[in-house]
Amino acid sequence: MEQWLGSLIKSGKRVVAPVKHDDIVDFAVISSPAQVADDYVQTRLSAKQYVFPKAEVLFSYKKDGKDVTIDDVNTDEFPETVLWKLHPCDVAGLEPLGAIFNWDYKDSLYNARRAKTTLVTFACAASDEYCFCASVGGGPGNTDGSDVQVTMLPDGDALVELISDKGKALLTDDIKGETSSADGIDKEKFIAKVEKKFTVDEIIKKLEGSFSSPIWQEQSDRCLGCGACAYVCPTCACFDIQEDSHLHGGRRVRSWDSCGFSLFTLHTGGYNPRTTQSARWRQRVLHKFSYMPERLHVTGCTGCGRCSRACPVDMNLVEHLTEIASHE
Amino acid sequence: MSKLSEKAAALLSEGTVGLVIGYEQGTHGTRPKFCRKAEDAATLILNDKCLNNIGGYLTKPELIGSGKVAVTATLAVMRTVVQLTAEHQLTDGNVIVLALDGDEVLQMASIDEIKKWLAAHPEDLSDENKALLSKLKALSREERWNFWINEMNKCIKCYACRASCPLCYCNRCIVEVNCPQWIKPWAAPLSNMEWQINRVMHMAGRCVGCGACDRACPVHIPLRLLTISMAGDIKEAFGVASGTGNIDGNVLSSFKPDDKENFIH
Repeated sequence: MEQWLGSLIKSGKRVVAPVKHDDIVDFAVISSPAQVADDYVQTRLSAKQYVFPKAEVLFSYKKDGKDVTIDDVNTDEFPETVLWKLHPCDVAGLEPLGAIFNWDYKDSLYNARRAKTTLVTFACAASDEYCFCASVGGGPGNTDGSDVQVTMLPDGDALVELISDKGKALLTDDIKGETSSADGIDKEKFIAKVEKKFTVDEIIKKLEGSFSSPIWQEQSDRCLGCGACAYVCPTCACFDIQEDSHLHGGRRVRSWDSCGFSLFTLHTGGYNPRTTQSARWRQRVLHKFSYMPERLHVTGCTGCGRCSRACPVDMNLVEHLTEIASHE
Repeated sequence: MSKLSEKAAALLSEGTVGLVIGYEQGTHGTRPKFCRKAEDAATLILNDKCLNNIGGYLTKPELIGSGKVAVTATLAVMRTVVQLTAEHQLTDGNVIVLALDGDEVLQMASIDEIKKWLAAHPEDLSDENKALLSKLKALSREERWNFWINEMNKCIKCYACRASCPLCYCNRCIVEVNCPQWIKPWAAPLSNMEWQINRVMHMAGRCVGCGACDRACPVHIPLRLLTISMAGDIKEAFGVASGTGNIDGNVLSSFKPDDKENFIH
């Protein structure tokens, strides 16, 4: 695997993989296979930043007297990227993201980055009590959306599933000779077990008519209203548009935003339709489990558990969803 | 039921308070707990694992309403109540503080009582924090700058530091002011640095040293080093302990005509 990854790096593609720095594992651009982290369950941030950066320029402009020149971003300059050692839930997050960025307006920046991205997932060897992919239609060995899936075997060999043409194209010549048939290998034996705690259908059904339920306030009393859950989430796609303007030019910038912030829905006229944190918490859950399934036919949650790991006050999504699923 | 739960339940059933904010066991460690009915208080706990600063909820009208509130308090929460009262964000007497003295529950209804308790229970910096701070101070100016540039590059501008801070109670934070826009609101190395410098300057002399910002940070930026360091500088330059309700300590928002520095006259 190291030899293959080394060849990919040498091929000139940008290779992004989980890297450990201090006490956190996060995705970063790597220059050597030795940088790839082992023995962790989940990266702190999702991989969405490589298709939807935390801040990106939409266009820039120059002013010269009355003349204004607008420069669009040249998407040809986006690098061909291999996302290496994703989990199946990272890939699951790209489906709702793609649906949002192509719902009505086709977002050229998102689509250009996504088209140049190849997804290599590693089936999860370990999970923890925050993981709930199996409850939202995923699984630790799920191949949906992956271009390649790797399952590490105990003897150091790897089961490699080449799923798409993009994935097949990734197999470099030097590594082709190292492969043999994988017949008879049951990958389920080598991957983590994630228990199913509820189903999406149960949640969707319970959420019908729940808008005025007291459960939203009960669950969200302690919510601080920060954006940690949204920013670590692989499917949260809300953004802000900001102007970076100077005397002779400027840039329009798109940056991550969160429905948890009190000013997120503040109108220019001063009205704010979501004045309480419970209304904002309700929006977060309904958006992922009601509005997105209804409008985009996709669930806005991959069960990666990042929001719950990142929350300073233990807003645990599994606990809250389980409560919603069992609520009368 | 513990004595703490009994006390909280009694305050609620007597109608002395409409809300008790405390701690309960969560899914991973402790977490804040809101009790509006006597039976809610059964799961209350208070120990040294209660690290969230629940004093921050006291300035949120949507949670508190207009009645009296009780809060089960660690020393950091007590310092928060004192500091918020000094800054006129709480009315002395409207917040009942419940603390533990061994097994016994103490009920403090006035700032003087809380101050007396705090004076008898001084909290020093932990050895770990002292060591980290002296390591940072031993660096050259350039090394220290690089250390912080590296840390700030991680910032994603989720504002968990601000949301978890009990002294960050502004309805509109400086980072959200856009006429003029003082700080670029998107995540970028320079604006991340500007944001944290601004935040710690606004905390000067006010920070109660609870470490909530640091623990809340999802990307583990050691924010406590900024606030502890600032508190040390304030103590050294002005002789006032940060976050003790001494309004003279709010050094960046107070002015004295007889200031000893000439440049300010």
